[in-house]
Amino acid sequence: MSSRKPYVRKRYWNEPEMGWYERAYFFEVWRGMRITGGVFLANLWKFMTGRKGALTAYYPEETRADYAAHNRGKHILTQRPDGRPQCVACNMCATVCPAQVIEIDAAFDPDDPTHPRYPSRFEIDYSRCVFCGLCVEACPEDAIRMVKETPDLPGFDRDRMWLRQEELLNWQPRQDVAKPYPVAGAGRTVGAP
Amino acid sequence: MSPGLAITLVYVGYALAVLLTFGAVLTWVERKQAALMSDRIGANRAYLRIPFTNVKLIWLGLFHGMADGLKLLLKEDFKPVTYDKLGYVLGPWLAFTPVVLVFAVIPFGGVLDPGRLFPSLADWFGGRTYPMQIAPLDAGLLVVFAFGGIAIIGAMLAGWSSSNKFSMLGALRAGSQMISYELVMGLTVIGLILIYGTVDLNAIVQQQSGTLLGFLPAWGIFYQPFAAILFLTAGIAENKRIPFDLPEAESELISGYFTEYSAMKQGMFMLSEFIEIAIIAALFTTLFLGGYNLPWLTDAGFVFPGGGTLALAHGWVVVIQLLTFLGKVFLLCSLQILIRWTLPRFRWDQLLSFAWRFLLPLSIANLAVTALAVWALQ
Repeated sequence: MSSRKPYVRKRYWNEPEMGWYERAYFFEVWRGMRITGGVFLANLWKFMTGRKGALTAYYPEETRADYAAHNRGKHILTQRPDGRPQCVACNMCATVCPAQVIEIDAAFDPDDPTHPRYPSRFEIDYSRCVFCGLCVEACPEDAIRMVKETPDLPGFDRDRMWLRQEELLNWQPRQDVAKPYPVAGAGRTVGAP
Repeated sequence: MSPGLAITLVYVGYALAVLLTFGAVLTWVERKQAALMSDRIGANRAYLRIPFTNVKLIWLGLFHGMADGLKLLLKEDFKPVTYDKLGYVLGPWLAFTPVVLVFAVIPFGGVLDPGRLFPSLADWFGGRTYPMQIAPLDAGLLVVFAFGGIAIIGAMLAGWSSSNKFSMLGALRAGSQMISYELVMGLTVIGLILIYGTVDLNAIVQQQSGTLLGFLPAWGIFYQPFAAILFLTAGIAENKRIPFDLPEAESELISGYFTEYSAMKQGMFMLSEFIEIAIIAALFTTLFLGGYNLPWLTDAGFVFPGGGTLALAHGWVVVIQLLTFLGKVFLLCSLQILIRWTLPRFRWDQLLSFAWRFLLPLSIANLAVTALAVWALQ
């Protein structure tokens, strides 16, 4: 049998020292309950007078006020004056997309010689989108942009989290967009041969 | 049917309704109060849709309790392979039943004179009056402790028969904890028995109906403030809630002695926990807060110290007494939930040394001082 030293617990430099007041437990319990009870009563009073006594937000119903000014949560497709998409279905955004969430079907419109290629289907899967903005960077036609709002997406089904072309085109020109949107006849002619 | 039986049946119905309502509503109160205490909103998603319309009733999340109950009822009742089927099935019932039965001896109102409430039935009742208490027993307080002892068996049996080591450990902890705190509880209450000279709960409440020194209501808490704190502490420990929830400490023992229970069997443990909150509040109200007594309220109405009186009909007095009792119980339930969401859990050795080396000497000292005072005053 080896002689073992009795175990001595290590004392740490920042170990709290408790006097009789702390050891008596009930005083400190009383102090803690005054704090939590005060918070409870204050929040209850706020709630009963119709104010919000909480730091959390009702997520889908309520938009947080403290989103960053440069937060971009939704894509839009810019339009030409006749309302048709600026997009020429070149698939560059779909190619650069790291999450591979953009799906485009290209179509040909012989009646529009300056802009014959257009997307017949342009869909984004928001359940997988990482909001990196690379699609906006990649677009040669300034056809896809991101705006500040967040799409109304929460749901019980992943299949419902796709935004289709109609919704991407359904936007109102916003004041927070720095660049003016392309206007017909101004600047370069888009899609000219 | 004899009038006495009819009255007792009404009381039993009232008691069951009150207890089950408390059990259901306290789940909601606990969620919402915890949320408000920590600057959150709380559960508010469950709703009841009025059929054929799009109107959704949310009502501050009150239907979450209903959703929980429905879920517990419809879940698979998984049974472990255990060597003691009978004990496994009996466990939840032995934990649940004594908790509910305790309410039988608690007076939840003053004296009921049904002949005056229903004049058409006055002949049948023949002027008899009934105290609002299901079982007006002389040994009321002893019955409370007897049933408290049975509840230990429920937890122990559940843990033992689950053939799971976590359940086993939880049951051992539950047993030693409840026995320790039962002792503290009993010794604190003896001081009250010395003062009131009876263990009949109805007599104890009636003795608390006057005033003390002219302005304080003559409630037990003013005679025995230490005993009140000790009783509440021991009561929360009996109920195995935070900070005394070692038997079901989820970070160590999954959920302790009811780890192996699922569906409504587990629901019964939860329900009995929530009902026991109400029972402890009711016991505390009865022993320390004057039960159904409001200051200056007598059977004839309010009699104010300045000499003013406000005569009330018998029916109103009964309603005020019932509501007073329920209000006090509800406030105490809220206090218990406040404690549960404020304090951190004890360590196991701290728990037992707190009972044996702190609360027990305090309760004995309280008892000794009370005994000396009572002896000196006689």
